[in-house]
Amino acid sequence: MVNIKLSDDKIIRIKDICKSFNNEGGELINVLHKTQSTFGYLPAEVQEIIARELNVSLAHVYGVVTFYSFFTMIPKGEFPISICMGTACYVRGGEKVLDEFKRELKITVGQTSDDGRFSLSCLRCVGACGLAPVVMVGEKVYGRVAPDMVKDIINEYK
Amino acid sequence: MAKFKKHILVCGGSTCHSLQSHIAISNLKAILVEKNLEQEIQIIETACFGFCSSGPVILILPDNTYYKCTSPADARMIVEEHFISGKKAYDLMLAESQIDGLASNPKLLASPKKQIRIALRNCGNIDPENINDYILNGGYLALGKVLKERDPQQTIDIIKKSGLRGRGGGGFPTGLKWEITSKSQADQKYVVCNADEGDPGAFMDRSILEGDPHSVIEAMAICGYSIGASKGLVYIRAEYPLAITRLKIAIAQAREYGLLGDNILDKGFDFDIELRYGAGAFVCGEETALIHSMEGMRGEPTFKPPFPSVSGYLGKPTNVNNVETFASIPVIINKGAEWFASIGTEKSKGTKVFALAGKINNVGLIEVPMGITLREIIFEIGGGIQNGKKFKAVQTGGPSGGCLTEAHLDTPIDYDNLIAAGSMMGSGGMIVMDEDDCMVSVAKFYLDFTVEESCGKCTPCRIGNKRLYEILETITQGKGTMQDIDKLKNLSYVIKDASLCGLGQTSPNPVLSTLENFWEEYIEHVTVKKCRSSQCKAMMQYIIDAEQCVGCTACARNCPVNAITGERKLAHLINQDICIKCGACVEKCKFNAINVK
Repeated sequence: MVNIKLSDDKIIRIKDICKSFNNEGGELINVLHKTQSTFGYLPAEVQEIIARELNVSLAHVYGVVTFYSFFTMIPKGEFPISICMGTACYVRGGEKVLDEFKRELKITVGQTSDDGRFSLSCLRCVGACGLAPVVMVGEKVYGRVAPDMVKDIINEYK
Repeated sequence: MAKFKKHILVCGGSTCHSLQSHIAISNLKAILVEKNLEQEIQIIETACFGFCSSGPVILILPDNTYYKCTSPADARMIVEEHFISGKKAYDLMLAESQIDGLASNPKLLASPKKQIRIALRNCGNIDPENINDYILNGGYLALGKVLKERDPQQTIDIIKKSGLRGRGGGGFPTGLKWEITSKSQADQKYVVCNADEGDPGAFMDRSILEGDPHSVIEAMAICGYSIGASKGLVYIRAEYPLAITRLKIAIAQAREYGLLGDNILDKGFDFDIELRYGAGAFVCGEETALIHSMEGMRGEPTFKPPFPSVSGYLGKPTNVNNVETFASIPVIINKGAEWFASIGTEKSKGTKVFALAGKINNVGLIEVPMGITLREIIFEIGGGIQNGKKFKAVQTGGPSGGCLTEAHLDTPIDYDNLIAAGSMMGSGGMIVMDEDDCMVSVAKFYLDFTVEESCGKCTPCRIGNKRLYEILETITQGKGTMQDIDKLKNLSYVIKDASLCGLGQTSPNPVLSTLENFWEEYIEHVTVKKCRSSQCKAMMQYIIDAEQCVGCTACARNCPVNAITGERKLAHLINQDICIKCGACVEKCKFNAINVK
């Protein structure tokens, strides 16, 4: 059992989301999508409430959350940076761009910077292969990124 | 489209969207208003034209002129030159060679070169958010025809006769799949559209859904009628927000027009479609895994039989087809099975959409008849290799496929030939590589993907692929031995033989095909510890040429690990034990004194 420390207001919002899907266990993935888009991530206590509401085991919810790469249990930074590691970006130097981000931000993939501003992740193909290598900061897409552009991109958000 | 004299079609596909095509639209709009042309010229947002590397792309009809429209100044120039002075804004026009190669849309160009557009017939031609545009272009005609003139079995027979095979990669005959599902007895059946395009470097399904969502909806309804299903589900990646939005709009419009819902076209046929979202798991492209994911569970595959056509979603008979397969259906019904079967090779009929990417000049979407050669695709349609480099390999079939070489360039492409060559059709990603790509690293890249995406159910796939990855890692670090290469081979066969689903069974393909086709590169890595493409960092050495070095200290000052020593005005030296091969010194050296070996 997780000790639930969420505010009442948040608990009500999660319950509402569950209710909007008729509290059906089969809708778990849709519920998680909606919850994550509301809260940004899916910490253990949120999963606990969802499990209770949908009447499925917490292990089942945790199993699903950890299975799909779209779901995260760690809060993302204010400006989440994603580097595309699809094949097209890889052969056009995506890895070098990633190395540069790691070096500049001093964090590795899956981490969030100490000040909570930036987080770093890799994604598999945004389908913008014509612009490879591609970096996304939030919703904004940067195409044909070279390692020497990394500093400027980060500075835009500092 | 009647009331306007001219139309500006703006590509709103994901790539152009990322390049701010919506801003191009507002720029164009503002200038049209300024010039008082907004009553004469209409702006329509369409989807992918296929010139993804030049976006945001616009097309002016009926003049058939493609422009690149990046800034407000570009928009102004296009409007002023093209519409007002009647010349063309030559500086912004796309190069002839690019258009000849990619946009061989028969409707737009007089002489289609190499390409035939079936699944992509409407992409970039119509406004995907307007059902009337689709209907004007022959949309929903096939559904009407089927409901009025054909019984379900006759419809299935047409699809069978056309020879259409599943475009998701497996190549299972679509008509046969429909027939099996139609013969399963149940109170409820399902039609599922697999839009979980997880293959990195492939974006054809996304482009179809963004550019022509109605074609998929229409085909799903036809399928529902044929197999006796009243419910359709589209399983789509959450990473495709634009495709989701357009699909939702299209479903709502189809309902409004009575093309979805109860008693469609008064023929007593009920059919409706819902969306289900994927959450980023490659294995969910596999039918049984996809079905489990739709049921709200972990997307783990299960043993077949029972096939989904007998027991699928919620235990009911379920017909799963891929987006591109569905998009081809209405055309087959309209033009006939014989017409479709006349295109392509003996065993693979029709066309295939490929997403051409990597080190190639014209990146984008193409649709070509089966039986075309890789040479035609890469050197004629794709415009050859970037920066005049030498072609080395082309990877088809994504993480399940393999790398083909120069020797395969003249093989006609179809399902069976690609498998015989050690790769596979896959969903249609085609990544071109040049002499700078290290094939061992490429194999490692795909294994890294598989390790991450393996669902973990079968031991050979979960642990075997991890071991394959580790062996490849050892080789790329220059610590490999000949035994490692033997191990790679043996382990690959074990994984292929002992895994349950398609992911595991095909995951060693990148290793096996590179071993087969680039054997000498593996040998070089383990015996002479050399990577001929200078990609494997561990085998590289940065060396300062004492003759060229003037001792400016720029490299030493910029080295992040202080590996460079030397007195001012004297030649410097890199300590190879400390060097992390980041390349910072090469960038800073103004005298080209640092060489990579």
